[in-house]
Amino acid sequence: MSDLTLREAAKRPEAIAPGHRLCAGCDETLIARMVLKAIRGPTIVTSATGCLEVATTIFPFSAWNVPWIHTAFENAAANASGIEAAWKAMRRKGKGPLAKYETLDVVAFAGDGGTYDIGLQALSGALERGHDFTYVLIDNEAYMNTGIQRSGGTPFAASTTTSPAGKVIPGKREWKKPIADIVIAHGVPYVATINAAWPMDVMRKARMAFEAEGPAFLHAIVPCARGWRYPPEKTIEVSRLATQTCFFPLYECRLEEGRPVYQLSGPSTAIARRPESKKPVEEYLQMQGRFRHLFRPERRDDLIGSIQEWVDLRWQMILEKVG
Amino acid sequence: MNEQILMGLNGDEAAAYSTKQVNPDVVAAYPITPQTIIVERFSEYVADGEVDTEFVAVESEHSALSSCIGAAAAGARAFTATAANGLALMWEMTYIASSLRLPIVMAIANRALSGPINIHNDHSDSMGARDSGWIQIYCENSQEVYDACIEAWRIGEHPLVQLPVMVCLDGFTLSHTMENVLTLSDEVVRDFVGERKFIVVEGHKGETELRLNPEVPLTMGPLDLQDYYFEHKMQQIEAMQQALKAIPEVDAEYAKVSGRSYGFLYPYKMEDAEVALTGLGSTMGTVRYVVDQLRSEGVKAGMIKMRLFRPFPAEELVETVGEVPVLGVLDKAASFGAPGGPLYEEVKSVFYDEDKKPFIADFIHGLGGRDTSPRMIRGVFESLMEIRGKEEVPQKVSYVGVRG
Repeated sequence: MSDLTLREAAKRPEAIAPGHRLCAGCDETLIARMVLKAIRGPTIVTSATGCLEVATTIFPFSAWNVPWIHTAFENAAANASGIEAAWKAMRRKGKGPLAKYETLDVVAFAGDGGTYDIGLQALSGALERGHDFTYVLIDNEAYMNTGIQRSGGTPFAASTTTSPAGKVIPGKREWKKPIADIVIAHGVPYVATINAAWPMDVMRKARMAFEAEGPAFLHAIVPCARGWRYPPEKTIEVSRLATQTCFFPLYECRLEEGRPVYQLSGPSTAIARRPESKKPVEEYLQMQGRFRHLFRPERRDDLIGSIQEWVDLRWQMILEKVG
Repeated sequence: MNEQILMGLNGDEAAAYSTKQVNPDVVAAYPITPQTIIVERFSEYVADGEVDTEFVAVESEHSALSSCIGAAAAGARAFTATAANGLALMWEMTYIASSLRLPIVMAIANRALSGPINIHNDHSDSMGARDSGWIQIYCENSQEVYDACIEAWRIGEHPLVQLPVMVCLDGFTLSHTMENVLTLSDEVVRDFVGERKFIVVEGHKGETELRLNPEVPLTMGPLDLQDYYFEHKMQQIEAMQQALKAIPEVDAEYAKVSGRSYGFLYPYKMEDAEVALTGLGSTMGTVRYVVDQLRSEGVKAGMIKMRLFRPFPAEELVETVGEVPVLGVLDKAASFGAPGGPLYEEVKSVFYDEDKKPFIADFIHGLGGRDTSPRMIRGVFESLMEIRGKEEVPQKVSYVGVRG
C-alpha cells in the first residue's frame, strides 16, 4: 500500500460507483471513494442516515459495489459492532457465510450529526468494547441532509438554519466539539484526520485504519457547497485551506505501549517546520457564505479574532502533543 | 421422542439455557430488570466456553438491537433480551429489524413501562411493540419459555416468514420463579434448529442470498419512497400471514422431537362452556385453576389461552369460541383513550363479521404487577355469568383489583 501511486489507485475497483445523486462538488463521495480504495479485500460498509445514504441508495438503485447496510441515524457504530461480532463468531466456529474470510474490513460512515451528537453513545460503546472496525466521520459541520442545522461539529460563528446569523446573535455561539480528542481518550489503536485535498494521505491512513487491530477512527473534513455557501467547484480549495490555516490540522495518533503517540502529516508538518507558511484563518472563512456576516455589512474583527485565537490554541496543543 | 432431563429453571434461565443449546453466533444485550438473569446466565456460558457465541455487552438497548441487526444482516443468528424501558428504547430498531426481514430472536421479560417507574409485570411494553412487525409469542410457564426460545428460530427463519420473533414471559411471575422444565439434549436442539438458511433475492448485482455478501453485494436499508415503500410493506403484511402456515409446521416438527406442541391458542374446557375467559401469559394459569374450581361447583366455565398474539390467529379463535355465549378478555395493558385493552380490541374486531358472536367484555388487570388472585378471577367469572343472565354487557371495560 505504501508504494501505491495515484495511477494505480485509479485502477483499483470502485466501491462506490458514479451515477449517485449527491450534489455537484460534494466532498462526501470523494472521501468515501478514497477511503474504500484502500480496502484489503472482503468489506462490509454501514452508513448512518444522512446525505451519503439517501443519495446513493434510492430504491431500486444503488451506487454500492460492496455490501452495504443502513438502519438508522445514531447507530452506525452499533451496526458495525454486530457485523464484526458475526464475522468473529463465524471464524471461531469455522462455519457460516463469513467464516472463510481471513480479513473483513468493516467500515462505518457517519456524518457529524450521527457522530458528535446522536451517535456519540453508540460510538463510545463500540470503541470501549474494542471492535475491529473503521469509523469514518464525514464532517460537513451541520445537519446537511435535513437542511443545514447546527450540530456539535459546527464551528463557532457559522450561520446555519438553527444558528442563524441574526441581528443580535452572530451565528453559532459554541465551539466545535473536539471529537478526535474524545475518541483518542478511549485508548483506541488508530485515529487520523483526513482531507480529500491530499488523496494519497487519505488512502494511506485508510489502509492504516483497516490494518489496525481494534477500532480505528478517521475524521474527514468534508466541505459542503450547499451548506457552507461556496461555489461547488471550490470544494477542494476550501478543503485545502482548512488544513493550510490549521483550522483542520492533519495528523495521526497511534497507541504505543498504552500511550497515544501523535504524528503530524505532510501538509501540517510543513507548517510546523515553517510557521510563517500558516495562512490566516480569515482566508478560509471569507470563502464561505456561512461566515459572510463576519465580513459584511461590517467587519467583525472581534469574532474573526476569536476564531483565530481558537485555531492558534488548538494548533499549539497539537504541536505540544507531537513534541 | 428423545430422552429429556428435568431441570429446575426460572423463566429467564429457561430462555438462557435454550439459547445456549441453540448456540447463536451473536448475543448483544443490555441488563434490565427482570430480564437480567438471561444476560447473566448467558455471560456465564460464554465465560465457561460452553458456547461459540460472540457476546456483545452493549451500552444500551438501542445498540443491542442495532448490533443484532448488523449481525443478522451479515448472516449470523442473533439473540437479545430486554424488558419495559429497554424495549421502548429499542422501538425505532424493532420496526427496522422486521422491515429488513431479519429473523432475530428476542426474549421480553414483560414489565410495566415507566412512568411511574415500576419493575413488575404487565404487558405495556410488548403491547407497545405489537405493530412493529415482530411475531409475538406469550408464555404461561418456564416450559413454554424454553420451548418457544427454540421454536422461534425455525419460525422466524422459515422461508415464507423471515421475520423477527419476540418470546414474551411475564416479569418475576415467570422470569424469577423456578419451575420444572423438561429439557432436550444440546444435540437434539442443534439438530432441530439446524443452520440458518437464507432466501434468494434479486439484488442490483443479480441473484443472491439475503445477507451482506462480499461476493454479491446487496444494498440493505436503502431510501425507499412513494414508488416502492408500500409494496415492501405489503411483503411484510403477507409474511405475517404466512407465519400462520409456518408456525404449525414448525410446531409439528418440534412435537416429534419433544413430545410437546403448542397451537396458536390453548382451549380448556371450552366444549360446553357458557362463560369463558381469554388472555395472555401467566395469568392464564390462575384462570385454569379457577375454571377447575368453578367446574367442581357446577359452573360451566372455560378458557382460551392465547399463545400467539402476532400474527393474530383470528380463525382459530372464532372456531374455538364456537357457541360459547359470553367471552371475557383479560388485558394486562391499558391503551389510553382506546375503547378497551389491546387484546379486547382484537377479539371484538375478529367477531364483528361473525353471525354468531359472544357477548364480549374486557377486564384490565395486573398493571404494574398488581396481583391477580383466584378470588379476582372468580369475580370476573361472576361478571360474565351476570352478562349471561342479563343477555347484555352493562360495562364493556372493567378494571380488576384497583382501588376505587
